[in-house]
Amino acid sequence: MDYVVLLKQVPDLAEELEIDADGTGLDREWLSFVASEWDEYALEEALLLRDQGHGGTVTCLALGVEAGEVDELLATCLARGADRVIKVGSFEAPPDSHTAAAAFAGALAHIHYDLILTGVQAIDDLDGQVGPLVATRLDLPHVSVVTHIGLAHHHTTVTAHQEYAGGIVAEFEVQLPAVLGVQTSRETPRYAPVSRIRQLMKTATIEAMAGGSGAGSGLVIEAMAIPETGSSAEMISGNTQAIAERISAILAERGIGTAVTR
Amino acid sequence: MSGDILVIAEHRDGAIIDTTYELLGRANALAGKTGGEAVAVLLGSGVAGLAGSLGSAARVIVVDGPGLASFSPSAYQAALVPLVRERQPALVLVANSGSGMDVAAGLSAALDLPLAAYAIDLTVDGNGPLVTCQLYAGKIQAKVRFAGGRGIVTAVAGSFPTEAGNAAGSPTIETLAPAATDDRIRFVDLLRPEAGDVDITRESVLVSVGRGIGELENIELVEALAAALGGAVSSSRPIADLGWLPRTRQVGKSGLRVKPKVYLALGISGAPEHLEGMRGADLIIAVNSDARAPIFSVAHYGVVADLLDVVPALTARVGG
Amino acid sequence: MGRDLPVIKVDQVFELAEAVVDGVDISGHWNRMFSQRSVTEYPTEAMDWVTSLDGGESLRDCYQCGKCVPVCPVNHVGDYGPRKLNAKVIRGSTLVDDPDLWLCTTCGNCYRVCPKEVNPLRIMPAIREQAVLEGKVPDELSEAFRNLQKSGNPHGHSPRKRADWVPDAGVPVPLISEVGRPVDVLWYVSDYTSYHARGQDAARAMARILTALGVDFAILGNEERSDADSARLAGETGLFEMLAEHNIETFRKYEFKRLVVMDPHAYNAFKNFYPKLGWEGEVLHYTQFLAPLVDRIEFRSSVELDVTYHDPCYLGRNNGEFDAPRRLLAAIPGVRLTEMPHNRANGYCCGGGGGGMWLDGFVADHVSERLSERRVREAVATVGADATGVLSVACPYEPSRFEDAVKSTGNDGKLVVRDIVELIDQAMQPPAH
Repeated sequence: MDYVVLLKQVPDLAEELEIDADGTGLDREWLSFVASEWDEYALEEALLLRDQGHGGTVTCLALGVEAGEVDELLATCLARGADRVIKVGSFEAPPDSHTAAAAFAGALAHIHYDLILTGVQAIDDLDGQVGPLVATRLDLPHVSVVTHIGLAHHHTTVTAHQEYAGGIVAEFEVQLPAVLGVQTSRETPRYAPVSRIRQLMKTATIEAMAGGSGAGSGLVIEAMAIPETGSSAEMISGNTQAIAERISAILAERGIGTAVTR
Repeated sequence: MSGDILVIAEHRDGAIIDTTYELLGRANALAGKTGGEAVAVLLGSGVAGLAGSLGSAARVIVVDGPGLASFSPSAYQAALVPLVRERQPALVLVANSGSGMDVAAGLSAALDLPLAAYAIDLTVDGNGPLVTCQLYAGKIQAKVRFAGGRGIVTAVAGSFPTEAGNAAGSPTIETLAPAATDDRIRFVDLLRPEAGDVDITRESVLVSVGRGIGELENIELVEALAAALGGAVSSSRPIADLGWLPRTRQVGKSGLRVKPKVYLALGISGAPEHLEGMRGADLIIAVNSDARAPIFSVAHYGVVADLLDVVPALTARVGG
Repeated sequence: MGRDLPVIKVDQVFELAEAVVDGVDISGHWNRMFSQRSVTEYPTEAMDWVTSLDGGESLRDCYQCGKCVPVCPVNHVGDYGPRKLNAKVIRGSTLVDDPDLWLCTTCGNCYRVCPKEVNPLRIMPAIREQAVLEGKVPDELSEAFRNLQKSGNPHGHSPRKRADWVPDAGVPVPLISEVGRPVDVLWYVSDYTSYHARGQDAARAMARILTALGVDFAILGNEERSDADSARLAGETGLFEMLAEHNIETFRKYEFKRLVVMDPHAYNAFKNFYPKLGWEGEVLHYTQFLAPLVDRIEFRSSVELDVTYHDPCYLGRNNGEFDAPRRLLAAIPGVRLTEMPHNRANGYCCGGGGGGMWLDGFVADHVSERLSERRVREAVATVGADATGVLSVACPYEPSRFEDAVKSTGNDGKLVVRDIVELIDQAMQPPAH
């Protein structure tokens, strides 16, 4: 089975996000980038499916975005055990999901795949999720919010679980080739040691491929803003005892916690 | 081209989900401004009866076919693409749910129709639709317009009131067969989590834990507090993923939606997926060591402190 | 005597046919000496593999005398010690898949007493590095590694927030990048002192003390990155080297006479490992820096506290500094110092070293109680008789570890934890009214 994983980096939320001077985008000066969490789950699933399943290859694709560290992202994929990594296209800043999908779809025309995995979503998906956008461009079936993938003996279908609210899950049988948007992997994404990543950055081959082009998201951002947080909560301060007193008083006002037995 | 606002209805176990009503209510409020009507689109097999639950819509389009007996992304996409292409509505509203994500993005790519995701508000003014979208785990809000003035919106659950959409009425019902089918994704079964001992949606006091709890053993402290308050323990997603509490205690987008009298959020940062599940609680008290945690934006009272200090002290005070 | 004994092969036998020592004739088998003995009843692959690793060589020297067992802090709460690890390796385990690989805190007490100088402070990182390369590392620990890689600190906080403690210090804290001239002291603040609430208390106290003493100092602020010494001991040599490269490049930008550190782990890295990586300088733990200056500190009040001192493994036993912290404590008015039974070279590890700081959940599954809890009980038994007991510390790992342990052992109210600088700072304030 040939697996392809689509990955990207997103701004690290440990940094304070700031809006640029135009008021329509993020100020990129102090952004640092990390792999999108769900894409890491997708990669982990691909590696596990290959190794615990019926073998095959895992190829990782990421867009050639100047902002961030795409080479390190792809070296990390190799360090975790991917077989091949490809940088697609060239972009100054991270593109929107529609542009990304067009780029990936262009490259995928030249790659053999049975199953394409990508994170179900990313924190900057203003115009929707890459998985279904790529799938539809390639006329492939797609399932999002996948929490379980099961291989079949033949390689013509896979089982996918799609998760809804309340923990309810739909089990589907999906014909291959297909695209799955991964919500979680069965194991925590494996750790890639720094020495191996550094070694690979020096020695590994990161292929480059041109991407397809598309019309873009069709959205016009009028304004971006940081919503006011903390403004609605009345903050309680003081030492632990004072806090406990105040909270129990607030609860008692509503008849809670006063000599209740269960 | 029409000024209609299409709402793709989502249903499960013979009932329409709440978010569909939220979207219908909003569609009703805005349809006048787009110069059309609120139209619900219901896909299924033998679902004519269910159409009656969509009374607040002006019209209901029922797409009925055996391949639509259960939700399948490919079957829904095959049925909806030609329909939306033909009707050319001003807006298509979809819930940002497990199935909604597939439907909306699939439609967007197939029809080259822009999509604004994670919407928490939608208005229409002189310049057309304006969508407020939530990004970066709720840290940023973007106001966006569609370049061509029409597009698809996926809305976060809990953004609009359900009451406006859940009204009685007698919409015109149009029934069609799906114009196309696609059975590449075949529904097999619906799996439910094991029934837990506690139904957190029925509890009036919930003491909820997030990653800030630190370790598994600390959950005992929270259970003691819940017992002292006559409530139950619930959690955010990471705690359920770790297996520290059963999935049936999980609150949030992929868990349960709760509306208790009191929701104590302990060590929960307040990611949008979690807020979706509990922002309707009557009283929300949040304890978090990070003063900038988004939970404080929905809490009524907030405490910046280590929950491992506050919890035992509070338990002692309320007589646990 | 027809007993069939197994043949024990030895690598070499030395025996002088004629030997007279101090007039005593010990010719023949009385002077037979065996060199390193391979126990070849078992396959030797695992031992060969461990001893082939850079740092793993000394494991073969163990002859199972057992001196390490009673001094190993983990053995007090479980069944542990280098002897056990050696026995496992002899019997064919490389330890790579064994949870025991992660329980060692590299406290060094075993090495101190070992007659063969078997050195787990080199063996454990060597084997752990191989485990890490195979992806076999506990999740908690890999989370810390990820954070160090991404943000230069184990918590994953933004590097740009490393100096956020400064505004509330009450005194100016110069940034060396802004000072624009050589300084006497580059004060390396370290991870927990910069980001953890209790560490920040110590940072502010230290800033006030340095200012009161008129020390010409500056900090790196956002340019500072973790020393990552504990990550090195936990098997991430690559990460250690990557961060060392960054820190060394930063050190080289500025001119300073001495590097003063809050953290014994940073002290260990800068003093003992950075020279090989290209930087060498005068490195002092803050207690070593302040002790000679303590007579110049103007104390205005008496603290009236019963204090005991916890020797950090990486300042005390592993780097030989026991006296400077005690001189500081002795100089603080109102400190009544009492030693715990495990003190100085026999100090009892808090469990935070060698990666232990990020393995508490994992370790808890394998021990009867945390090392920090055991140590807190010892402190309470020493100075916790009334409400004035203080466990004083000189390592930024300690306040959070010991304060958690005070709570979890039910000793809230009997013992507080204070960094030595906090006690000095307290005594520098006028008496409270």
